[in-house]
Amino acid sequence: MANLIPPRFKVVIDYERCRKCKRCVINCGFGVYSFADRVIPDHKKCVSCQRCVAFCPEEAITIIENPNVFRPNSYWTMEDRINIMKQASSSGMLLTGMGNDRPYKNYFDHLLIDACQVTNPSIDPLREPMELTTYLGKKPDAVKVKVENGKVKLDTQIAPQIKLDTPIIFSPMSYGSISLNAHKALARAAKECGILMNTGEGGLHKELYPYKDWIIVQVASGRFGVNQEYLDHSAVVEIKIGQGAKPGIGGHLPGEKVNREVSETRMIPEGTDALSPAPHHDIYSIEDLAQLIYALKEATHYEKPVSVKIAAVHNVAAIASGIARAGADIIYIDGFRGGTGAAPTVIRDHIGIPIELAIAAVDDRLRAEGIRNSVSIVAAGGIRHSGDVAKAIALGADAVAIGTAALIAMGCHVCQMCHTGNCSWGIATQRPELTQRLDPDWAAQQLINLVKSWSLELKEILGALGLNAIESLRGSRERLRGIGLTDTELAILGVKHAGR
Amino acid sequence: MDRTFERIPSGCAISGIMSVTGKRISGEKIIASISLMHDRSNGLGGGFAAYGIYPEFADHYAFHLMYQSERGRTLTEEFLNKHFIIERGEPIPTRPVATITDPPLLWRYFLKVPEERLYKNHEPMDERDYVVEKVMYINDNIPDSYVASSGKNMGAFKGVGYPEDIGRFFRLEEYEGYLWTAHGRFPTNTPGWWGGAHPFTLLDWSVVHNGEISSYGINKRYLEMFGYKCTLMTDTEVVAYAVDLLHRRHDLPLEIVAKVLAAPFWKDIEKMEEEDRKLYTALRQVYGSALLNGPFSIIVANSKVMMGLNDRIKLRPMVWGRRGDFYYMASEESAIYEIEPALDEVHVSKGGEPVIVRLKEGE
Ligand code: SF4
Ligand code: SF4
Repeated sequence: MANLIPPRFKVVIDYERCRKCKRCVINCGFGVYSFADRVIPDHKKCVSCQRCVAFCPEEAITIIENPNVFRPNSYWTMEDRINIMKQASSSGMLLTGMGNDRPYKNYFDHLLIDACQVTNPSIDPLREPMELTTYLGKKPDAVKVKVENGKVKLDTQIAPQIKLDTPIIFSPMSYGSISLNAHKALARAAKECGILMNTGEGGLHKELYPYKDWIIVQVASGRFGVNQEYLDHSAVVEIKIGQGAKPGIGGHLPGEKVNREVSETRMIPEGTDALSPAPHHDIYSIEDLAQLIYALKEATHYEKPVSVKIAAVHNVAAIASGIARAGADIIYIDGFRGGTGAAPTVIRDHIGIPIELAIAAVDDRLRAEGIRNSVSIVAAGGIRHSGDVAKAIALGADAVAIGTAALIAMGCHVCQMCHTGNCSWGIATQRPELTQRLDPDWAAQQLINLVKSWSLELKEILGALGLNAIESLRGSRERLRGIGLTDTELAILGVKHAGR
Repeated sequence: MDRTFERIPSGCAISGIMSVTGKRISGEKIIASISLMHDRSNGLGGGFAAYGIYPEFADHYAFHLMYQSERGRTLTEEFLNKHFIIERGEPIPTRPVATITDPPLLWRYFLKVPEERLYKNHEPMDERDYVVEKVMYINDNIPDSYVASSGKNMGAFKGVGYPEDIGRFFRLEEYEGYLWTAHGRFPTNTPGWWGGAHPFTLLDWSVVHNGEISSYGINKRYLEMFGYKCTLMTDTEVVAYAVDLLHRRHDLPLEIVAKVLAAPFWKDIEKMEEEDRKLYTALRQVYGSALLNGPFSIIVANSKVMMGLNDRIKLRPMVWGRRGDFYYMASEESAIYEIEPALDEVHVSKGGEPVIVRLKEGE
């Protein structure tokens, strides 16, 4: 049966420039190119990952959107029609990689940050100290002190805290969904930047053990790789309940990606599918969650904060309140723009809510209940630049996590084909000829540069606000204004409209 | 009172005088000191806090009320009658001053708390918590009424005008106190209103402030978690409540409170010896939302203490000096010399380093 699906992209080759070096043939992980007497692209296979474009020495390749795919229709989008055709020919569920790319209202872009003028001078971050240090963990409501021989001493035992030099961490991305080289790069960069990387649910490769002080290890429903050694090699232990790209959906790593090393790290047989169900089969209530939190605290001698990761969903504020009361030290909330290695397209695109609304609702609820100090909030899901970081923090997050942005720093071009395992950039793949393309040293440096530049920009933003410590921005909604938002949206975000 | 204004950040001048032996002096000196800094205000706000002025009612809470209408007064008096024993209620004496127009009704009450009321959900309740709760209630819920001060043997006198005119309006030369603070105000983006003038008070805390607190948004949200209601649209309000929370309720010494409000930098904490490092790290971890960021110099007082404090990078001016047992603090050195030309010592206060002057015990 003829394939009804037209090519989405067209690979245009300037044969006048091409010198037939075949680099494009070698570089394409999706097998677009073949070579007869000249390179011949198969347009239907192209995902526009841009690897060939980047590596063609003659700049002979241009990838364009196929101009005459379909008759334009603003209701029946091209995606909708292509998806119907795919399903009509396969009878299966559609899978996709990366985050929700539908044009829902993007609240970050409807929020504007304040700046100082005369009475409250801005601060020059190049000449004045500017503090981004952030501690994640449960804080008591009050500090108790005692005075001994005229000296004031601390008389409160503070729960374990994790220090971040800047309020940014790397989102959970499992070894398996991304390559070991990518994991190494994340770990090295986390150490260098004084922040954290997160193993995701794929276990921790032994080569990452030396980075244990900069690692969040995840305990997901599949319990992949979870044992005492794993827990010991971490700074934070995270229970993964949900994920922004696929709330209420478990994980699935296809058997082809489970090579020997992945199988050892995950503690599953080679070549088997790694299935983690959405529910933890020992958590069917908040009390069960509390038990797991304390089991993990017990196993780590109450020396490490325990985080709980959930997806941003409709009732997220009440859920977060329950999690805080269940004893979590950190709540990690992932909005619906959060990325993924693979998710059912329909889930990714239609389930969950934007992180901006979730942060605001959770922060409000925890404050109304007087328990905001008892838990830190990490916000994730579509953080694109330091402006988003600042806005998320002003809405009430303690820190943000970046996944897609970190991948882009390592070379990802957001072709959204992670689920195929063919990532031409060597990131979301386990094919050895592809993974070797990602040099962990280079990738680590890219990540370090990204975190450093965002941190510099954050300092500039703080300076413009006349602040010299990030904690004065945290939850300071007064310094945000909404633009083009309804009264309800403003009320949920807790911000005034611009001009007020 | 019209509370539709937005928050009012301000420029301003501050001044304070304290006798550590409790010698009481009339309000003349503080008026002279603050009026020297006339140009630091713009006529949209001035005020004074005076301690030791009501010795005959030293054990009573002295409530200074501002009413925008007779109805406000009726409602508030009903409320006070229900929750307190009113020993005396009377208009605050004023004199007409040409530049002071449209004052609200100004009343004061000397109150005691009926003991049988000091229970909440059948639990005994701290008397001061009770008073705070009532002050918050009036400010938040009773229309046209605002509590200007609520401490014992002290009072706040404030309004819209230049401070020297406000001082004459309230006839401050007729009062005697051992601790005086004053404020001249330069609000920049809204008209002043009587309740929004400094000092800001709660119980016997009073705060005068020169600067703008750029962390106001989070300070406010933080304090709200502890039941404080920031209803007065002015950033200074949060200072009074933060001090009350940290010192009275969380029992932190005033020196430590200052280190929360103007916290040492992390780089300096790292250099501290182990024990201090632990303490200061914990303070920043727990009280990050109470850090006062932005430019400020403040004088915080209660019946026993006067504390001057600058923001940690010293963006606003503050000088302090001493002559015998009198201590002086002001935005400008000249404002001290104006009233005490022969100082024993004079210093520029450092960013983030509190200057704390205490009443000597037994005096
Ligand atoms: S990489 Fe460029 S120059 Fe080389 S074969 Fe492909 S199109 Fe031609
Ligand atoms: S990680 Fe690779 S496959 Fe996934 S979106 Fe990026 S470039 Fe494409």
